[in-house]
Amino acid sequence: MKMEELRHGTTLIKRGFAKMQKGGVIMDVTNAEQALIAEKAGAVAVMALQAVPADIRKEGGVARMADPAIIEKIINAVTIPVMAKARIGHFVEAEILEALGVDMVDESEVLTPADDKYHIDKTKFTVPFVCGARNLGEALRRIDEGAAMIRTKGEAGTGDVSEAVRHMKQIQGEIRDLKGKTHEELVRYARTIEAPAALVIETAELQRVPVVNFAAGGVATPADAALMMRLGADGVFVGSGIFKSDNPAKMAKAIVEAVNNYDDAKKLAKISKGIGNPMKGIGVSTMPKEAIIQDRGW
Amino acid sequence: MLKIGVIAIQGNVEEHVEATRRALGGRGEVVKIKHAGIVPSCDGIVIPGGESTTLCRLAWSEGIAQEIIDLAKAGRPIMGTCAGLILLASRGDDEVAKTKQRLLGLMDTTVDRNAFGRQVDSFEAPLKIKGFDEPFNAVFIRAPAIVSAGKGVDVLAKIDGRIVAARQKNLLALAFHPELTDDLRLHKYFLEMISKSKN
Repeated sequence: MKMEELRHGTTLIKRGFAKMQKGGVIMDVTNAEQALIAEKAGAVAVMALQAVPADIRKEGGVARMADPAIIEKIINAVTIPVMAKARIGHFVEAEILEALGVDMVDESEVLTPADDKYHIDKTKFTVPFVCGARNLGEALRRIDEGAAMIRTKGEAGTGDVSEAVRHMKQIQGEIRDLKGKTHEELVRYARTIEAPAALVIETAELQRVPVVNFAAGGVATPADAALMMRLGADGVFVGSGIFKSDNPAKMAKAIVEAVNNYDDAKKLAKISKGIGNPMKGIGVSTMPKEAIIQDRGW
Repeated sequence: MLKIGVIAIQGNVEEHVEATRRALGGRGEVVKIKHAGIVPSCDGIVIPGGESTTLCRLAWSEGIAQEIIDLAKAGRPIMGTCAGLILLASRGDDEVAKTKQRLLGLMDTTVDRNAFGRQVDSFEAPLKIKGFDEPFNAVFIRAPAIVSAGKGVDVLAKIDGRIVAARQKNLLALAFHPELTDDLRLHKYFLEMISKSKN
């Protein structure tokens, strides 16, 4: 075996990495201590960021990529994969994250977008990307740009799961609508949702998006996580839900167990007991329009 | 008829189920295992790739780990890929020790958890495997490797001096992901091990 025969950063490798996360929970962390709590609880990966979405909302201002020093500390602290967020369109932040050795980049609407028209050309990178989506068109545009994984946007930092539910059902519903359509109907449909025809046809055949699809944005309890799995999510991102709860270690462990036992209500009842209060949160329907972040991204 | 169980706690489960089903070609059934009670009825077990810390923790807490050990000791074949290779091992590196993973300790092997580095270092490559005429397109994702193995372990493939495929009697460990490609040779090889163990 010659080392030059090794091929890095292929679509198979990038999408394959996302597949290894299936059935798992990915947790937002802001320092090495939190990362260790997440790892111990059984998280499949951690998302390194400067502040959890609930605090980003509270603090206001421009939200950017986390300080590389924090990311490095987290990478050195845990053995599980470390992901980190870059601003939409900010390919230099993504390059910096790749250079740091981050295992996956989240091109995220939670941060302030750096480009109001274009997302990052993710095909140019060796590191795989995950991107948010509210509907099938958005999901397939991101895959076309090279995303190896999709997640619902939900409404991050609220602890209100309703938007994640809406986005997951929207995507699943659109996929069901593709059933029974002829080739020409699929091509026409692709135009209406502004997605590449080839990806719409592939999705229709697979009856699922062609990459791993996680739930994210507002998941705050074991029951929320199980709900998203029941709706067809391949796994769950939990942002503020862990470290804004009363007892992060217990909440983290309970959410991991809930994802493994999502179809067993008796076990879920046991898992949900005595884990302290979840994050307080805020109902999305009571929020002013300018506080909504899911509309970022194009 | 054969009954193959795929451990479905976390990771690349569907792809292994599909590959095993295709390799079986109607000679048996494939079941997904999330809870205790099913492993003992299987003729063979696949432990897929995923995150070994997560898999390990839940395999013990769900009571599946001990069942796999008992089945292996009864001579039934077990195939572990990537994280599965780590679980099958007896000894781990510092990373394994740090996370206090309790391995199954079935193979006389010592593993290096992220032997090839982080995700940007993940790769695919044509791999020469002992007993196979043509190379296998092997997909390594944050892959582990076996750094040392006892005399009873048959080394099937190596990269850069590190063991990436090995067999010890009824146990098969692969550092890469045969389920991510359409090449069914390794799944067929594993089914052959199962058929022979039943005779």
